[in-house]
Amino acid sequence: MTKSVLIEKVAEKIEGLTRNQTEIVVDTVFDSIKKALMRGEKIEIRGFGNFRLKTRNPRKARNPKTGESVDVPGKKVLYFKVGKALKEALNSEQK
Amino acid sequence: MTKADLVDAIFEKVGLSKKEAQDIIEILFDTIRQTFAEGESVKISGFGTFNVRKKMARRGRNPKTGEDLEITPRRVITFRVSNELKEQIEKLDA
Repeated sequence: MTKSVLIEKVAEKIEGLTRNQTEIVVDTVFDSIKKALMRGEKIEIRGFGNFRLKTRNPRKARNPKTGESVDVPGKKVLYFKVGKALKEALNSEQK
Repeated sequence: MTKADLVDAIFEKVGLSKKEAQDIIEILFDTIRQTFAEGESVKISGFGTFNVRKKMARRGRNPKTGEDLEITPRRVITFRVSNELKEQIEKLDA
């Protein structure tokens, strides 16, 4: 499912909300999450999951072709932890 | 940041009451959850993709007791950050 399909589905469920308004809402949600992440904040969506940045330490690696040692700088990566309610919902009614 | 902050952001951006903003947020995440329950992935361009992956049953061991047990088949969500956001994040000081 893409964002535009998601927007349509949400708009259908809410009376009086136009597709345009829904689009602004959905964009605002993901933009706000992005901005909070860039500020180094952790985002907790109860029943869904948490987003936060993890730090990868700098390390020395090797070019597998030449055997040369290279410095890999440290960096931040985005980490998503699935919420408990979501985990359970995924595995309740199926099989 | 929690859902309450998202409610505030929507309240400020769109002419909706806080209650309405709150309801929409719940419906938004509900809709995403339902999509996962149907086994479908959700792709938010510029943000990332949530994939639903099926795991087969496998033998495992309770690390505490050393007991053998079967890990039941299950579905898990994996999140892959979009290239755009990944690049922005990597530019931050580590």
